[in-house]
Amino acid sequence: MVENTKKPNIKTPVYLDYQATTPVDPRVLDEMLPYFTEKFGNPHSRSHSFGWEAEEAVETARAQVAHVIGADEKEIVFTSGATESNNLALKGVAQFYKDRKDHVVTVVTEHKCVLDTCRHLEQEGFRVTYLPVAKNGLIDLDQLRDAITDRTAIVSVMGVNNEIGVIQPLKEIGAICRQRGTFFHTDCAQAVGKIPLDVEEMNIDLMSISGHKLYGPKGIGALYVRRKPRVRLRAMIDGGGQERGMRSGTLPTPLCVGLGSACAIAEKYMGTDNERIRRLSDRFYDGITATLPEVFLNGDRAQRYPGNLNLSFAYVEGESLLMGIKDLAVSSGSACTSASLEPSYVLRALGVDEELAHTSIRIGFGRFTTEAEIDYAVELIAGQVKKLRAMSPLWEMVQEGIDLKSINWAEH
Amino acid sequence: MTNLRAYLDYNASAPLLPEAASAVLQVLENAGNPSSVHREGIKARRILDHAREVVAKSVGAQGDSVVFTSGGTEANVLALVGAPGARRIVSAVEHPSVLKTAAEVDPHMLTAPVDGTGMLDLDVLAGYLRQAGPSTLVSIQWVNNETGVIQSMAEIVAAVHGAGAILHVDAVQALGKLQISFHESGIDLLTLSAHKVGGPTGVGALIVRPGLSIAPLLTGGLQERGLRAGTENVAGIAGFAAALISPRFGVWAQIGAWRDDLERRVRALPGVQVMGTSAPRVVNTSCIACDGLDGATQVAALDLDGVAISAGAACSSGKVEPSHVLSAMGVAPERARSAIRVSLGWQNTKNDVDRFVDAYGVLVRRLARRLTVNAA
Amino acid sequence: MAYSERVVDHYENPRNIGSLDKNAQDVGTGLVGAPACGDVMKLQIKVNEHGIIEDAKFKTFGCGSAIASSSLITEWVKGKSLDEAATIKNTQIAQHLALPPVKIHCSVLAEDAIKAAVADYRAKQGHKAG
Repeated sequence: MVENTKKPNIKTPVYLDYQATTPVDPRVLDEMLPYFTEKFGNPHSRSHSFGWEAEEAVETARAQVAHVIGADEKEIVFTSGATESNNLALKGVAQFYKDRKDHVVTVVTEHKCVLDTCRHLEQEGFRVTYLPVAKNGLIDLDQLRDAITDRTAIVSVMGVNNEIGVIQPLKEIGAICRQRGTFFHTDCAQAVGKIPLDVEEMNIDLMSISGHKLYGPKGIGALYVRRKPRVRLRAMIDGGGQERGMRSGTLPTPLCVGLGSACAIAEKYMGTDNERIRRLSDRFYDGITATLPEVFLNGDRAQRYPGNLNLSFAYVEGESLLMGIKDLAVSSGSACTSASLEPSYVLRALGVDEELAHTSIRIGFGRFTTEAEIDYAVELIAGQVKKLRAMSPLWEMVQEGIDLKSINWAEH
Repeated sequence: MTNLRAYLDYNASAPLLPEAASAVLQVLENAGNPSSVHREGIKARRILDHAREVVAKSVGAQGDSVVFTSGGTEANVLALVGAPGARRIVSAVEHPSVLKTAAEVDPHMLTAPVDGTGMLDLDVLAGYLRQAGPSTLVSIQWVNNETGVIQSMAEIVAAVHGAGAILHVDAVQALGKLQISFHESGIDLLTLSAHKVGGPTGVGALIVRPGLSIAPLLTGGLQERGLRAGTENVAGIAGFAAALISPRFGVWAQIGAWRDDLERRVRALPGVQVMGTSAPRVVNTSCIACDGLDGATQVAALDLDGVAISAGAACSSGKVEPSHVLSAMGVAPERARSAIRVSLGWQNTKNDVDRFVDAYGVLVRRLARRLTVNAA
Repeated sequence: MAYSERVVDHYENPRNIGSLDKNAQDVGTGLVGAPACGDVMKLQIKVNEHGIIEDAKFKTFGCGSAIASSSLITEWVKGKSLDEAATIKNTQIAQHLALPPVKIHCSVLAEDAIKAAVADYRAKQGHKAG
């Protein structure tokens, strides 16, 4: 442990993992509460006022979700979360149009659930093109243009990357897809309410939305499905025919209300929230780089959501760093893969050296992060990195002027 | 205590039990993704693990056989799509999620009929099993949501396993009303839903027999042992577990007496018939028909009187076709169209039942008067 | 990831961190692992004229379990003969630190490191003798 780190008057652990999940905004919780208790009707019970009350709440929420992305409420399908939305968008569209189209385009740095779903489609006989990214994490639009054929059913490119925070050029991608006559799906789990999105201006045909990355509850998400020109898809969860047949199952009214409220709050405060988060992000980055040499930011410096800083602390292994900063809840990558020892596939796709990929951690800031927490985090991380570098044979060798690449390491 | 309104539609959705509500709220106030390895994540993981044990125990299963889903519909679809075997046999009174999904998986799906009492025809089932062969999933609802009729599960298990096939049971309406011992029953896959038993909406589970391998529906994450990708609805799952151990869960003696009283009183009205009474039924459900009345009209009229019931299942509301369940029982279309469902639960009082009987009585007598006038 | 108390103790209070003069005749150095794999251990032993290890130092780039494994082995080899040191098995380290299966490779690396250090020392002595 780092000695002499004075702990200011803050609650620990300090939560700096806003990409894994966000706390529920108390205002969102307040909106949800009545629908857990006195307003408990099933929104599909059209026959009595318990049901109507619930239905009205769900429809208000649907309009709130639609509004934050410039869509019409009829284009919003509630799901259990972004994973389901991504599954439904990709499998649903691919399977519906499979007689005429058999090709999907996506990007190597997409969320695992998009990549896994694409692999499933490959097993079913679809062809999938995985576009590479440049060193800064962004795709090359010419490569996208070249990848699309008249057999391409759908292009799936995420808005904000969950591991490194870079923002893909959605508007340009949308224009290309529209011009080439293929559908454009974007996983915006990390983007909705955080960066301005407009499905019309960006020509987005399908968009995945998550509740719990947006200060809303877990267990709820949405899929935007364009009506004009109409996108058709095959339902994955078929049954009672809810959500215009695209997604059956009783809608969880309180969760829908929570997602709607989270969207409305995000839309209203996006400007001020982002300004604050950018300030905190700069404060953290400047604080770290002023104290420590050889720290590298992964992903484009400018084209990013500032609430995500993925940093490589050269010569310090990430997991050992996390172990030394137990007062901070941060991640060594995406939550879904952090239990494995493999370095992140996203960093590898960026061409980050494997040795550097092992030294990376992701710091996520959000609506409830304070300056005092940032300062505490900087102090704790800087102290621990110094301590671990002092015991790192690699750091020692570099100080002695040895080029690590010149050594013939026995890979195991 | 007198409720402002009489809510008698528990089979559509039950109000949240207070224990479940407080469990949900407590978790919602805490951040943490169960897949994260820091303290918040570990805390969320513990809540999830505990809930899994509670849910498993409540149905006599092992914790690692529980796959949490977004609800009963998803659990049904996961079972129907993910189970091995190419053939599907279902009963005619299944939930639409089972009927539609089975037909998608197996275009030659076989639909086993029920008799006039609502019980599955086991001879036909046996014949279908011989016809379809062992590479088959059979899906049978334990308790019907519209009539409350209970199937003879032990005999069904024996028939299905005797043919070497696999059995999925939609137990959404059975949970809390029947004793379920998953492990002993021999059932291979079992669907549960939280909001029908006083837990929150948006949560369900599929119980999978250990050793049975099924394919996931939602891919892209290792949650739920790779059988269901996506960040878990931790708050909802905690609420589900809390409902199952609430002292008010599964308490039916009083409610059963009220339901029987209700049926006695409505049967005394002219032309009123209660459906499915010659079969074993759960104690909270009544399916009541009266030729000449229209289901949707009754529901609207009763709602104005402050009584919430339904005509058929909630998910198919708005449709005008008669219930597929009653049609399968051979009920004539006119009578099926007149049927309403009354379903009771933990918050009901004797007064709620009285209000229903009084308001329903008004409708029936008004019809009788009209018929008399027309006849004259 | 939940670490055992002993791993946490070695991580927070590592024993024998540092370096010995790698060019000295009585020092053997083992450098094992690879940066690309996420762990590198440098283990050094100082051997007296009786063939007894009288000092050991380590530096490690790796997770908490790797740091603990190397810290532990420096404690264990001190006062041992070279032959004794070379008989330490990774399973002993893994057991002592209660390493989970995904971390067993850390103990393997520590065993490799001490063997490499002994071999390096012996090679130097061989050169001197020859």
